[in-house]
Amino acid sequence: MSTFLSWLGGLVLRFVSYFGELAVLTAELTYSLFRSRIRWAEVGRQLVSIGFGSQIQVIVTGAATGAVFAAQVYYKFNQLGLDSLVGGIVALAMCRELGPVLTALMLAGRIGATMAAEIGTMKVTEQVDALRSLGVHPVDYLVAPRFIAMLFSVPLLIGESIRFGIAAARLMAVGAYNVPEAFYNDQLYKNVDHIDVIFGMTKGIAYGYLIVIMACHQGLTVRQGAVGVGRGTTAAVFYASMAILIANFFLSLLLNYIWPIAAT
Amino acid sequence: MSTAGPPFISVRNLHKQIGDQQILRGINLTIREGENLVIIGGSGTGKSVFLKLVMGLIPATSGSIIVDNTEITTLNERQLGPHRRKIGMLFQDGALFDSLTVAENVAFPLRESGMKDSPDMHSRIHEVLAAVGLADHGHKLPAALSGGMRKRAALARAVVSRPRCIFYDEPTAGLDPIVSDSIDRLIRRTQLHYRCTSVVVTHDMRSVRSVADRVVYFRDGLIHFEGSPDQLFSSTDPLVRQFVEGHCDEDE
Repeated sequence: MSTFLSWLGGLVLRFVSYFGELAVLTAELTYSLFRSRIRWAEVGRQLVSIGFGSQIQVIVTGAATGAVFAAQVYYKFNQLGLDSLVGGIVALAMCRELGPVLTALMLAGRIGATMAAEIGTMKVTEQVDALRSLGVHPVDYLVAPRFIAMLFSVPLLIGESIRFGIAAARLMAVGAYNVPEAFYNDQLYKNVDHIDVIFGMTKGIAYGYLIVIMACHQGLTVRQGAVGVGRGTTAAVFYASMAILIANFFLSLLLNYIWPIAAT
Repeated sequence: MSTAGPPFISVRNLHKQIGDQQILRGINLTIREGENLVIIGGSGTGKSVFLKLVMGLIPATSGSIIVDNTEITTLNERQLGPHRRKIGMLFQDGALFDSLTVAENVAFPLRESGMKDSPDMHSRIHEVLAAVGLADHGHKLPAALSGGMRKRAALARAVVSRPRCIFYDEPTAGLDPIVSDSIDRLIRRTQLHYRCTSVVVTHDMRSVRSVADRVVYFRDGLIHFEGSPDQLFSSTDPLVRQFVEGHCDEDE
């Protein structure tokens, strides 16, 4: 019993300490954004790496999800004679849930792992200490540019993923299952408007923050050389993915309150 | 040998504990402007830790560190920035930024200090790279350089902003004797050219002979010996002799 309690106590302490460290990093990031010089060249480099570098991943994620979801929905709706609703349902799901969450999870894997590994390697090879020895705060140089780049990139990448998902769903429903295009479009425009896209892209801002803060935190706290970098990278992806899924629940509730689904 | 001026770094009763291990147990040391101090000592005696403490890269457990008349142990990370710019540091493995070319690495401290891209900046980078023998290697990434070249590039980065003091953390470790000698000459030349204070941590007795004005020997977290290189090499202290001559005890 005492072993279990001590394990539980340790777990709670680690949990509290982890969130404390994230809060401190967030405070430092806020200071960097508003009080320090922004390294725009570094922001540009990160924008290319995050935005341009994630194109294939985002397009495939959006298109595959939209196509598969359209196929599944079509089989059920066809039995009920509601074929024309496929477009509206898929588009709504892509905008509000599937597009943002799946894209963010894919980005947590690619971008989160890259950030944690890059910064972690810099840490164990003393490059972070070299930065500090040159009078540069690591958060100013390593975290703030990545955060700004993510702030712009993630909502746009989610928007792109949604667009490809809707396009692939149309291809499946209209092209493969011969749903009449006019009915399909009619239901699509009745069920979805630009607020739904904004809904998904707004989630992207929160996911971008979670990925950056968790990945950079893991990178900056890496210990024990290459093994530590490996562990930190895995932890960054795991924590960011979990955080995205949990945050999605609360964000959906909040954003549904602000922007409820339009009545048809 | 250089003429030492007023104190630049003054360390009093400095303690550092990491986990259960007491690394430094009360170091008292004054480093004067313009002098070349060499710190020697066995592995794990806290030489590199001492440099990092004075740079403010790690916090002291207790004690006082005064750099250029400022007590640095009470400063936070952001307040330490201007203090650190007074000191250049050559890390053990160079610690060059591997996503930047050699020239970009050397330009980094200048850009960070607010200098704009200009012919003046480029000529300064070229001058420093030429001084370390890397004038034709500015376009290369650090991964394409040998160990000795990486250290020279890191030295160029450390001196380009003309700091008042340079710390060298084992500058010749892992290098062959000829490259080691060239690094030692470079340290000496840098000191004479830029008239800066130098603190060199090394195990290399050849470096001690060619670089030092004064030597301190760290043992068990304390300064066991302090004196000139001649005093070091003629010391009759058995522990100093053992270290200088590189003998181990029979039972070790």
